[in-house]
Amino acid sequence: MNVIETCELGKRYGKSWALQDCTLTLPAGHLAALVGPNGAGKSTLMNMTAGLTVPTSGTATVLGGHPAGSPAALNGVAFVAQDAPVYKNLSAGDMLHLTKNLNQRFDTPFARERLADLGIPLNKKAGKLSGGQQSQLALTLALARRPRLLILDEPLAALDPIARQDFLAAVMTAMTDDGVSVLLSSHQVAELERVADFLIVLSRAKLQVAGEVDDLLAGHRLLTGPTAVADEYAGRLTVVQTRRGDAQTHLLVRTSDAAAPVPPGWESHQVSLEEVVMAYLRSPGVSQPAPLTRVQRPQPTEATR
Amino acid sequence: MSVLALPAQPGQDSAPPPVPWRGMAWITWRQQRATLIAVPAVLAAVAVFLVIFGLRAHHAYATLENCSLNQGHQSNACSEAFGNFNSTDGPLANAVSILVGLAPVLIGAFAGAPLLARELEAGTYRFAWTQGTVRERQVIAKLVLLGAALVIAAGAFGELFSWFFQPFLWTEQMNRLSEGVFDASGLVFPAFTLVAFTVGAFLGMLFRRVIPALAATLGVYLVLRLGAWVLHGQYPVSTVTGNADLAGSYGTPRLPGFAWILNSWFTTLNGKAVNPAAVSRLVNQYQSNPHQNLSLTKVLAEHGYIEWSRYIPLSRYWPMQFIEAGWLLVLAVGIGAGTVWLVRHRAA
Repeated sequence: MNVIETCELGKRYGKSWALQDCTLTLPAGHLAALVGPNGAGKSTLMNMTAGLTVPTSGTATVLGGHPAGSPAALNGVAFVAQDAPVYKNLSAGDMLHLTKNLNQRFDTPFARERLADLGIPLNKKAGKLSGGQQSQLALTLALARRPRLLILDEPLAALDPIARQDFLAAVMTAMTDDGVSVLLSSHQVAELERVADFLIVLSRAKLQVAGEVDDLLAGHRLLTGPTAVADEYAGRLTVVQTRRGDAQTHLLVRTSDAAAPVPPGWESHQVSLEEVVMAYLRSPGVSQPAPLTRVQRPQPTEATR
Repeated sequence: MSVLALPAQPGQDSAPPPVPWRGMAWITWRQQRATLIAVPAVLAAVAVFLVIFGLRAHHAYATLENCSLNQGHQSNACSEAFGNFNSTDGPLANAVSILVGLAPVLIGAFAGAPLLARELEAGTYRFAWTQGTVRERQVIAKLVLLGAALVIAAGAFGELFSWFFQPFLWTEQMNRLSEGVFDASGLVFPAFTLVAFTVGAFLGMLFRRVIPALAATLGVYLVLRLGAWVLHGQYPVSTVTGNADLAGSYGTPRLPGFAWILNSWFTTLNGKAVNPAAVSRLVNQYQSNPHQNLSLTKVLAEHGYIEWSRYIPLSRYWPMQFIEAGWLLVLAVGIGAGTVWLVRHRAA
């Protein structure tokens, strides 16, 4: 099952497109990292998959073909929006009761226990909690809905390093225990590298990269060699990013065969996820060609894994 | 969701769960506590004042009725009672009636404008509208529950006000169908409150800010009141045309009031049209030097003129109320539907 499928999805505000022509397939079981510079359309994509924003063009479905925003989609998708909005004048306990009333399924004992573990008192106004506690409250409410897809928009921004680790640990636990799929946007690329196994890069309202992390790492190499012959060599490769020095040039290239030999004087290195992300973000014009999984799109509801 | 082409899995999407009324009632109460406590509290405080002041006014009015029945206006006690009623109670009642005229928009805008605008300002709509209950259902539930509470509160208050104001209809030369009385009583008062509430909610969703929505609601409400005032002489209720001495009844206090005269004209005793200038000269003469024991009608009759009036009798009060409340209710439902449409299509 694909937890998210979008087809030529677009959203226009006034004259400018916040997201355009985004065709994306996210299979179930992943923790997908959504990265991109500010204003690249990350929140717009998430709002549309959560059913909050109505697309200008294209379609978005979740959980195996349910239109985003439909009752079945809302029932199975939990969304924690940017800045973890909670009703500031309601107590944590009231927030819990409110969420229970708005959902057919809500695990109250789990939510109470988790808030107790986090040291968040039920009688305290949500607005009086720290930013980190508000994020944790929002995550707790989302997890207690027992969703099949969890969408988290910049959840780490308000958290200190320890809280970040705890937060991600809680998300990972939900993935392993309940089989929740996760889409998470963040600027903390280094932190995502440890947990994400699927990467989506957005840039300038366009989808740049979407794929499994292992495939991306296997499909990219960093080649280092003399600048003098770099242009000639680069002409034969699919270069994502070129970093040119006086003597040496670094080429981050896409390759189907990571073990392919390199010319004399050149070295081939493995790349880290952060290097791949940074290379694509610095070259917003370059986008990944349609991955092999895209060929199977005629039956989009079938598992692609 | 019309743009989403892929069909949903049948069975799960086709039968969305019903509106969770009990849950939404709890949520509405919890989130609108301030409104739901403040509005009845303010209304109750004003109601206490109306009851105290109203009992006194009704008592004073009964004295005036006795005076005109038994002794005429001449006795000292009676002229003092008339003077007091006209000089102290009257202006106070007028001030109250102006405030009550604004009450629907104060209640409605205060409850309606922040309903959605505050969610949009604070960003909490992103929480509420991505929960398992479809957002239109949440908004419908809130509009219906809050709207019903406001209608009940306003309905009770309107009845109290119309009882309170009854003695003053005579001094103000008004009747239950007059602007300012008709729309502050019966079904029309809660209907205006409901319209102001839905207008507030709609403009709050449109502007996404509380303060501009409040201000715009006030403007829209004033336009509506003006429109209703223009319209309500045109309602399709049967009018009466006759030569009863309507003006004469203004002379003595008599509950429950007078008919609403739409227009009047003069003819000769055998029904021929007359020169209006001649009649108005007579009327002016009479008014500058009234005969103590001859009514204007009698004076005119001596000169061969008879006055005709087309009027709406007080018995048409309820048909008129149903007509005005009816179109206001249709308007409120329409604006509510527009609000829900905005929630669906302009959430983010």
